[in-house]
Amino acid sequence: MAAHALATPDPNHVSGKVGLHDGRSGDVLAERSESSRRIIAGYGFWIFLLSDIIMFSAFFASYAVLVGATADGPSGRDLFDLDNVAIETGCLLLSSFACGMASVAASVKNRLWFTVAMAATLVLGLAFLGLEVREFYGMVVQGAGPSRSAFLSAFFALVGCHGLHVAIGILWLLTMVAQVYAKGFRGEILRRILCFSLFWHALDIVWVALFTVVYLLGSGA
Amino acid sequence: MNDQGGKVDRHQSDTAPGDDRESVVGEVRNYVIGFGLATFLTAASYFFAQSGFIWGPAIPVALIALAIAQMGVHLVFFLHITTGPDNINNSLALAFGTLIVLLIMAGSIWIMAHLNHNMMPMDQIMRMQR
Repeated sequence: MAAHALATPDPNHVSGKVGLHDGRSGDVLAERSESSRRIIAGYGFWIFLLSDIIMFSAFFASYAVLVGATADGPSGRDLFDLDNVAIETGCLLLSSFACGMASVAASVKNRLWFTVAMAATLVLGLAFLGLEVREFYGMVVQGAGPSRSAFLSAFFALVGCHGLHVAIGILWLLTMVAQVYAKGFRGEILRRILCFSLFWHALDIVWVALFTVVYLLGSGA
Repeated sequence: MNDQGGKVDRHQSDTAPGDDRESVVGEVRNYVIGFGLATFLTAASYFFAQSGFIWGPAIPVALIALAIAQMGVHLVFFLHITTGPDNINNSLALAFGTLIVLLIMAGSIWIMAHLNHNMMPMDQIMRMQR
């Protein structure tokens, strides 16, 4: 086996093709078992999520550096409304839980419960996004938009980037429900649902860091 | 693997991130436990931030500790990242990601604080340029 592997021009199968013994070549993914494909898709998406979190950490670092640079403008203590943030946090946490219920429903291929749980995820995600847009709008109206100070630029970049992720997640959620209705719980659809739920839970993890560092520390200290 | 025509599943002992090797009841139970713990930790951080229960300068440390604990709860109960042998790849990737995040955060804050400390006040720079 070792000699064979060395003789192969592509020992790590990066081309996605593998030479078979009778001379035919086949698609590596097509020959793998379903559980193995699920692991490959999930692991690849996990790597993507980690790099996304690394990108967020750069935004967090710039926010931490610029948090004092208010240019005599309003600081976090003047702007942040912790009650609003508490409701946002509750929405996102409940929506993460509902998404977990949706992936349980998908694993037993129950379309009714999958739809109900995804609808709950959607409504809570939209509520979160609506509250965030309202907060941003209120800040811009009172003259505290992203161009007011370096602190506000960093704030809008960081929180806005998370909000953008949630918006993309909502589009993805609608796509997944539509695909389940159009194609049923097939292997590749279940893999996409796995990736979607990973994405949605990862957004909640970023939000934990966000409400602690930006809102709680910003309005207290 | 090639010798058997690709039939051997070399990932038999792995688990995809997000997958739970539990029955349906066990899976739901894990999500409920995770949700309860996350709610408790969130409520605790709001309480410590707004009440004078702990010494003022210690509040940031307490809040960051609670946030890290809550991220751990999310990872274990929602993303099902464990330390088991079927999860080694997932947790190693997580460990590497955490390392990079810490390097970026601590490095940026450290360097920028030093630069800020060592830089001449802006009005003096302006005066020298005149």
